[in-house]
Amino acid sequence: MIDLYWPVMQESKSSFKSFFIEVGELTYFSGRFFKEVFTKPFEFKELLRQCYSIGNRSVLLVGVTGFIIGLVLTLQTRPTLQEFGAESWMPSMVGISIIREIGPVIIALTFAGRIASGIGAELGSMKVTEQIDAMEVSGTNPFKFLVVTRILAATLMLPILVIFGDAIALFGSYLIENSKGSVSFVLYFNKVFSTLEFSDLIPAVIKTYFFGFAIGLVGCYKGYTCEKGTVGVGQAANSAVVYASMLLFILDFIAVFVTDIFIEL
Amino acid sequence: MNQTENIPDIFKKVESRNLMLEIVELRKSFGNNHVLNGFNLELYEGENLVIMGKSGSGKSVMIKCLVGLMEVDSGSIKVMGRDITKLSRVELDEIRTEIGFLFQGNALYDSMTVRENLEFPLRRHKKKFGDITDTTALVMEALESVGLAHTINLMPSELSGGMKKRIALARALILKPKIILYDEPTSGLDPITSKEIIELMRRVQKQYKTSSLIITHDVDCARVVSERMILLVDGTNYAEGTFAELASSEEEQVKAFFK
Repeated sequence: MIDLYWPVMQESKSSFKSFFIEVGELTYFSGRFFKEVFTKPFEFKELLRQCYSIGNRSVLLVGVTGFIIGLVLTLQTRPTLQEFGAESWMPSMVGISIIREIGPVIIALTFAGRIASGIGAELGSMKVTEQIDAMEVSGTNPFKFLVVTRILAATLMLPILVIFGDAIALFGSYLIENSKGSVSFVLYFNKVFSTLEFSDLIPAVIKTYFFGFAIGLVGCYKGYTCEKGTVGVGQAANSAVVYASMLLFILDFIAVFVTDIFIEL
Repeated sequence: MNQTENIPDIFKKVESRNLMLEIVELRKSFGNNHVLNGFNLELYEGENLVIMGKSGSGKSVMIKCLVGLMEVDSGSIKVMGRDITKLSRVELDEIRTEIGFLFQGNALYDSMTVRENLEFPLRRHKKKFGDITDTTALVMEALESVGLAHTINLMPSELSGGMKKRIALARALILKPKIILYDEPTSGLDPITSKEIIELMRRVQKQYKTSSLIITHDVDCARVVSERMILLVDGTNYAEGTFAELASSEEEQVKAFFK
């Protein structure tokens, strides 16, 4: 019996080992980020370029995603609320759902798909074509120029994109409400904002900074440590999205858990 | 053929020049794979030294150790008298301004234009030219020296293989280094373009008065550019001499390179 399961046990052991090695390396990589981010020279120009590039590349995707979230959530929820004669709760319910949870998580996942894979592939291809070595030889710290700027840009841009995506999602929800129940724009948004509190908005915005940091970190880590030539570039892009998405859910759980503790206090 | 320990008379003239680069007993391993096993090298001012060796003999590892891209296990690497294995990052960056590196795959930044590629090394080292603000003149000078001034606003993806190699050489020259390291400068190029690159290397050396360390498999390249050659076998100096001396050697391992 043991003979039968022995190879599976060995494989699991090796997977566990490589998982913990990966976690250790990622921790070291993030430690290096915090060390480099506060030391001169600062790459402000490249940071701005990355902010523009990351934000600009994602804005349409985030807008479309947000709009569809708003439409679908309203269409799916309306019949149930109608059954109880509670359609008037629709703006409040949609507003809280989107601002607190659905908006940040779904937009961050979309952002991870777009940005983590992009960064992973870009840095991976720079690594295998010796462009990172060329930077090092020319006296520029490639970690600072490539990694620090991208992680910071992802951290700074995601909260802005989430707020933008939330607004579009609420607008999508309003369009459905307006078409089905003739609710005016002012009335709809008055209802949304009268239910929302700072305790809904602030934790949701704070957690998106962590989401952005995680997405940038994983994308950069996978790309910067990429090996095995062009195959490695594909793997880096792919695993960047998988790891970043997984990390988002873990961070979301921690954020909700911590927020809950604060609210109870 | 002359073994390394018996330095022939022909090099006495070379040795009277300043020593630009000195590698002593360099060792580097990856696990149980001992890539460099006590490699030695001396490069003199204005000299063209060619290193030949089979794939996996440690040439690329050696050249990466030489610019601090890889840490050495033991041994010393002195660039103009300073041991780079003992330098801080800032000091190493300072020394790197004196070394131009032409990568095997060119390593041009593909998200930047030719101008931006050439300006990149100047970002940190403008002081070398009196802290200039306008780098256009330096960029144009480097591009003109490789005959590609008209490509200044093009992206690397718009260039041919030979043009990319020349732009990479222009980038290596932009800081006016005293030493240039060439890693397989003619690999992946057709014979005509290879000849053009070899000719360019000679011209650049005359114009910039650089010392060159050239890693190559290309016998034609070695014949034209080398003043002296080292054959690297199993991570150590196997043979050393002029091209003519090595090409006429009767030893099997040496003959194999010139077949």
